[in-house]
Amino acid sequence: MPDEKENGAGKRTGLLTTVKETVKQDLAGLKPALLEKGKEELDALKEPEKTQLFRSIFRVKRDETPRSRALSVLTNVFFHLHPAKINRDAVRYSYTWGMGGMSFYLFLVLTITGVLLMFYYHPTKGQAYRDILYLHHDVPFGQLLRNMHRWGAHLMIIAVWLHMMRVFLTGSYKRPREFNWCVGVILMVLTMLLSFTGYLLPDDQLGFWAVTVGTNMARATPLLGHEGPFGPQLGMTAFNDVRFALLGGSIVDANALLRAYIWHCIAIPLIASVFMGVHFWRVRKDGGISGPAPVMLESEMKEEKKGPRPVILRPSGTR
Amino acid sequence: MWGDWHQLWQIVSVPDNVPIVALLFLVPFYTWYGFREAFKHDRLIAQLEADPAMAKTHHRKPYPFKTGWERELHVWPYLMRIEFLAAVILTVLLMVWSITLNAPLEEPANPNLTMNPSKAPWYFLGLQEMLVYFDPWIAGVVMPTLIIVGLMAIPYVDANPLGNGYYTYKQRKFSIWAFLIGFLALWCVMIVIGTFIRGPGWMWFWPTQTWDHNRLDFAVNRNLHEIFGIENRWLAMGFGASVVGLFFIVAGYLMHRLCMVTEFSRKIYQRMTLLQIITLHTLLILMLSLPAKMAARLLFRIKYVLVTPWFNI
Repeated sequence: MPDEKENGAGKRTGLLTTVKETVKQDLAGLKPALLEKGKEELDALKEPEKTQLFRSIFRVKRDETPRSRALSVLTNVFFHLHPAKINRDAVRYSYTWGMGGMSFYLFLVLTITGVLLMFYYHPTKGQAYRDILYLHHDVPFGQLLRNMHRWGAHLMIIAVWLHMMRVFLTGSYKRPREFNWCVGVILMVLTMLLSFTGYLLPDDQLGFWAVTVGTNMARATPLLGHEGPFGPQLGMTAFNDVRFALLGGSIVDANALLRAYIWHCIAIPLIASVFMGVHFWRVRKDGGISGPAPVMLESEMKEEKKGPRPVILRPSGTR
Repeated sequence: MWGDWHQLWQIVSVPDNVPIVALLFLVPFYTWYGFREAFKHDRLIAQLEADPAMAKTHHRKPYPFKTGWERELHVWPYLMRIEFLAAVILTVLLMVWSITLNAPLEEPANPNLTMNPSKAPWYFLGLQEMLVYFDPWIAGVVMPTLIIVGLMAIPYVDANPLGNGYYTYKQRKFSIWAFLIGFLALWCVMIVIGTFIRGPGWMWFWPTQTWDHNRLDFAVNRNLHEIFGIENRWLAMGFGASVVGLFFIVAGYLMHRLCMVTEFSRKIYQRMTLLQIITLHTLLILMLSLPAKMAARLLFRIKYVLVTPWFNI
């Protein structure tokens, strides 16, 4: 028994030496190979677009062939709102003014800054105003964040109006884009409502009185307001009319603040996102951006066609 | 004599008024920009109409084009780089604006301390300015609804097939005038008035005139039927209703004459269905009712045209 023990221990020592030696041998053999391999892989990193990681994300070769250029638009979920090719004149700034794209970009900026602001804001009376002061004085870049949100909102309204003006002046609302113009009008109204509901949130004098003035008009809604034509006759009072529904009370107070907050941060952005999806999708389905189209002469005006028209006049991407 | 420039500066430099100052420059600029393109196209149209042979071969855009040039561009990179550039410029602009100017924050909301003047956000000031001339149910509810409905109706009442997808003034004079009067003369100008001119008590203060909080406005406005000495309530109501009706008829007739001015507009008019004509005229007459009521108030100091126990117009 003791022998066995000794033997066993001796065997173990032997095994350890063997392992050590084998590893040493392996390393000696591996050293040049490893260096070579590492160098090779480092060199490969100089062309990151050939790595598996890159290819798994982008899937398309990055070169200047027409095929790759088209595919880089078509295979990217963010870019595929665009067609692969557009008319050479359609990129002219003097035609598009870029206002629609800028409105959308500002919407994204407002979403990001808005989400960040939400981390610091409580939609409750007493706390809301303090949160703004906190943002101004203690939160790193808090003031900048709030400024960007407010000025971005103002810019977005201007951009949306100018977008509407451009679309009107180029007659782009005409067939087949009538419906998309209507969607755009709704989006414009939603933009102004977004800004208006946000106006109350700092809970300061400016917002309070602006929203008071604004919602006081709802009192006068015909039939549905208690000061509107035929409102009193229909049993409207300050406690059951449309203004009460907007404010969650008969004055601008805690409930109004909460309602403004929910409309501003959740409801209207959701609704607007759906309409934006439709708006962009229809731009493509209605034949892409409207122009600049070749001018049509008065002598070429055709008789109005009667009867139903095809739903999609031109498949997307073709012109 | 030189006026109160400090007062003007105080109004202009209110942070929330900066967008309107921007609007003062941006809207005229883009109007000019659009019209420049429109006139460019109009010249080409005139050229092509005069020369049918050229109309057959020309590529029909005022932009340069040579045979052999690609008609289409790849979105990547030719459009994407513009979009990227626009995003960068806009971000820089927004950053600089946000660093240099702080968003306004007044004292905490206090229902017992009314701000004077208390103004709606600037983009609704047009509606608030309308309150001077109309009761709230018209200015605050009916008019906004009509603006939205009217805008959405545009593609369905505009029977002019020309000018689809390019700037032109010559081929769409009527619709462009209608839109620009609505957007520039009524909407934008009302916003500017509401911002720069309306002071305490929503009274009219010219730019550089000091805002006097003690100024009183002795309104001498009267209702239309009082001018004509009608005292019976029912008679006055009938009189007011007929004046409103008369306005519709006269304005409708004027609008009709306007649609008949040129050969071209007569041609477009003939293409319209009855429903289109009625909708177009109703909307335009209702739009015209704003300047009409403004004129009645400012020139003749008329408060209401039609007085009923339920509503006043």
